[in-house]
Amino acid sequence: MIDDETVRHVARLARLRLSPDEEKVMREELSGILEHIDAIRAMDLDGVPPTTHVITLENVVRPDVPVPGLPREEALREAAHATDEGFGVPRMD
Amino acid sequence: MGLRDLTATGQIAAIRAGETSSEELVDAHLAAIGADDVDAFLAVDAEGARERAREIDAMPERPPLAGVPIGIKDALSVRDVVTTSGSRMLEGFRPVYTATCVARLEAAGAVVVGKTNMDEFAMGSSTENSAFKNTLNPWDHGRVPGGSSGGSAAAVAERQVPWSLGSDTGGSIRQPAALCGIVGMKPTYGAISRYGLIAFASSLDQVGPLARSVEDAALLLQHMVGRDPMDSTSLEWPGGIVAPTATDLSGMRVGVVEELMGEGIEPGVRAAIDAALGTVEELGGTVVPVSLPSALSGLATYYVLAPAECSANLARFDGIRYGPVAPAANLLDQYETTRGDLFGPEVKRRIMLGTFALASGYYDQYYGRAQRVRTLMGREFARAFEQVDLLASPTSPTVAFPLGDRTADPYAMYMADVCTIPVSLAGLPAISIPCGLADGLPVGLQLAGPAFSENALLGAAHALEGALAFDTRPPGLVT
Amino acid sequence: MSACEPVIGVEIHVQLSTRTKMFCGCELSFGDPPNTHTCPVCLAHPGVLPVVNEEAVRRALLIGLALGCEIAPRSIFHRKNYFYPDLPKAYQISQFDIPICGRGEFRALREDGSELVVGITRAHLEEDAAKLTHAGGRRAGAAESVVDFNRGGTPLVEIVTEPDLRSPSDVALFLRQLRQTLLFLGVSDCSMEEGSMRADANVSIRPVGSHEFGTKTELKNMNSFRFLERGIEAEIARQEEIVAAGGRVSQETVHYEPDTGHITSLRSKEESHDYRYFPEPDLVPIAPDPAWVEDLRTGLPELPLPLRQRMVGEMGLSAEDAEVLTEVPELVAYFMEAAAEADPKACANWIRGELRAQLREAGVEPWQSKVTPAHIAALVGLLDAGTVTVPAAKEVLAEVIASGEEPGAVIESRGLGAMDEGDLAAIVSEIVAANPDQAQQLRDGKDKVIGFFVGQAMKRTSGRADPQSVQRLVREAVRGD
Repeated sequence: MIDDETVRHVARLARLRLSPDEEKVMREELSGILEHIDAIRAMDLDGVPPTTHVITLENVVRPDVPVPGLPREEALREAAHATDEGFGVPRMD
Repeated sequence: MGLRDLTATGQIAAIRAGETSSEELVDAHLAAIGADDVDAFLAVDAEGARERAREIDAMPERPPLAGVPIGIKDALSVRDVVTTSGSRMLEGFRPVYTATCVARLEAAGAVVVGKTNMDEFAMGSSTENSAFKNTLNPWDHGRVPGGSSGGSAAAVAERQVPWSLGSDTGGSIRQPAALCGIVGMKPTYGAISRYGLIAFASSLDQVGPLARSVEDAALLLQHMVGRDPMDSTSLEWPGGIVAPTATDLSGMRVGVVEELMGEGIEPGVRAAIDAALGTVEELGGTVVPVSLPSALSGLATYYVLAPAECSANLARFDGIRYGPVAPAANLLDQYETTRGDLFGPEVKRRIMLGTFALASGYYDQYYGRAQRVRTLMGREFARAFEQVDLLASPTSPTVAFPLGDRTADPYAMYMADVCTIPVSLAGLPAISIPCGLADGLPVGLQLAGPAFSENALLGAAHALEGALAFDTRPPGLVT
Repeated sequence: MSACEPVIGVEIHVQLSTRTKMFCGCELSFGDPPNTHTCPVCLAHPGVLPVVNEEAVRRALLIGLALGCEIAPRSIFHRKNYFYPDLPKAYQISQFDIPICGRGEFRALREDGSELVVGITRAHLEEDAAKLTHAGGRRAGAAESVVDFNRGGTPLVEIVTEPDLRSPSDVALFLRQLRQTLLFLGVSDCSMEEGSMRADANVSIRPVGSHEFGTKTELKNMNSFRFLERGIEAEIARQEEIVAAGGRVSQETVHYEPDTGHITSLRSKEESHDYRYFPEPDLVPIAPDPAWVEDLRTGLPELPLPLRQRMVGEMGLSAEDAEVLTEVPELVAYFMEAAAEADPKACANWIRGELRAQLREAGVEPWQSKVTPAHIAALVGLLDAGTVTVPAAKEVLAEVIASGEEPGAVIESRGLGAMDEGDLAAIVSEIVAANPDQAQQLRDGKDKVIGFFVGQAMKRTSGRADPQSVQRLVREAVRGD
């Protein structure tokens, strides 16, 4: 139902590293799940619009007025690699 | 009867009557947590709780919830208290803000004693997906408490706290409540602010109460509902939540969902539900069969939509701004290793499934279609509620299953939510109340109503609860 | 090989100069220390939710209305998913197939007076990414880049044009005039250098007369209209070369280096993205009240092109006057106030001429100086009435710049008023009498010598003589002898 190439492509899109074993298991499991999910592909949905929101609210906005944010120490507090210059990130090849 | 045997409402009354204090209550519950057999809690803040209890005891005017202790599912942010959402991806993470619903309860006088265990990122139906440990069912320690709010349910059933908060996306409050023999409710989508709830599936997630009585559930709801400027999808709630007092169901039409009473429902569960429906009639209600054909597509629809949304919601976990991070040679390596190592297998499965469902070439067939099935489902519910006031079904097709029973087959685990999912997809309120036993294990009856029907729903549940007189004390529990 | 024509479309990102970010209440700032304007929302902490900035919506509507766009009765937000350190949620909240503004059109005016019409495909709201800076790598084992989230979440309006542009110079013209319109709306600072306005070009070529589109490339990250223009020129040349050699243009992103003039392909570094767009579940639709939209439409300021056309057609200004005076809204307002009370053409001359020249040294704009539009109008009036001469008026202006005094008062206190005709005639007679040789030369037809007499008269009168009157009186005096 879903091949190795697709598994690898999706894992890359999701930035998940899967070991070769994990890839194999993932392919089997996803294929199994997709078999069940496929039921919806057979349904007659002609003319049925999609639901993007179950509630009917519209125009929820806030005024353009500043609200106090985080002091820098708190903004950086939980990060493994952060200094006053910013949040550290390794090089991008 | 000990203090812990009182419901939260009972404990509030006792405090107000001068029979006990918040500090005494908090101590009693902390002691129970300390002697814990069921591993319901991930983190306990004894010092903070005691301090807050003393503060409240010293107030000239007690706030409404009077200093009664509460457990909070670890999916909800509490400022400076380690919040992991059951995942190693957030191991040691201390939020810099508190979820709105928790803040409202704290302002009303609830005392947070700790964070409860859960399936990782709320994905699961047994709490076995927690990265840290299993939680045991107080009714049988060899069985699961349900999930994803398993810790919250077990803590209440075990009387470690009189009530707790959970979150429900496809059944994660109702199903564990049913398996643990307590009350659990998912309100109308938008009733309670999601600000501070670590997101799983944004269009489905809702916070809700777990408690030992409908009255308690209503009380928690009352102090949480209402618009939050920090959540664009939260609703005004004019009139609020009224304390339920009904004792009969005269005039109530209750529709039994045919598609959720067929094969797949355990005979023992079926029998308990039938008996409960008999009680509905004794109370003056009318029970009629109702058909919701799309309910059978609920699972498939849910397992496209929820993973799709979660794949985006969990993309922020990359170790850059918070949480642990894997050592890496470059950025791509850091993303892939951190996420590959720190997410558990179920979470990775759902991220993969969701990413696939949204990927170019697949969107129309999967995500696009699932959204349209959702419309169909909403229409069917609307039509059903023209015929009946409430819908009834089992909450869970089975009683609590043994630990390890379903961990090998993801879809078998997903089946646990077949009764609870349709209501989530439609954004409607539903409550599970314990209605009987099957093989000595609790069975939950689910009642659902139209959007905004919380008061009617709670009233009906309260009346039925009174007549069913289910004993929520697990065998062997010492209080 | 038939002749090729370039086909160019532009995507412009405009940072809105609101006070706060698009989806949270953090204050927008420029140049503050890193990560001092953040909150859990724009840091994408677990559990946070976006809430739309109402002023950003209003400004997006203004932009759409000014561009003649169809305003969507109901638009929604979408998530655009990709991983990058400057995007904390790993998705950008944007708008996909139902944007707030639909089809529209922009008219620009070329120098030769011809009109350039550019179709607008759409304009939509989204949030800006944070700032990723590549660190110097001073310390071994240190992070190679750092992220500052101050800018993350700034409201953006993305404007997309139809591929209607046919030359790099037209692109620059369009962008300059679009920028002017946006400045007039007061929605953004529109600075390419500061990054509050960014433009990317989609460039392709095709045989002249063809109606099909060639493969397009995307030219990004140019930080001035001039560099973008040159980059487009270079890219067109590159594509023409490829096609002339029998090859095919590949769809890719290209980068232009202004220093070297080189175009390089970025294709190897960028994979094509699958953004996996889906509707944003955390936000509800925007359905602006039609009455409100109508109010915004009627309340739009007069936009640069129609304004310039009115200045030329109704107020008698030259096209150049109009172009200069409509550079910025403040200058328009200044001029209009003056022109309401005195001859517009004269006001225009004085404002764009002498006033700006005198203020240039101080580096101050007319509306920042002590000279009010009323002062200009007064000065023009006094000149018109002959109360003061042009040279004297320049001195008066200098005084007003310094002191802010009324021109009339300055004329009085400094004695700069135009000379009485009779007094002037007397002085002229004296000068003519004192210079018989020059007088004779003038009689003999050496007209250039009139300048000598004018010079003398100006000296004698400290500039209070009107040169034209002096000339007339000198000729009369000389004839009279």
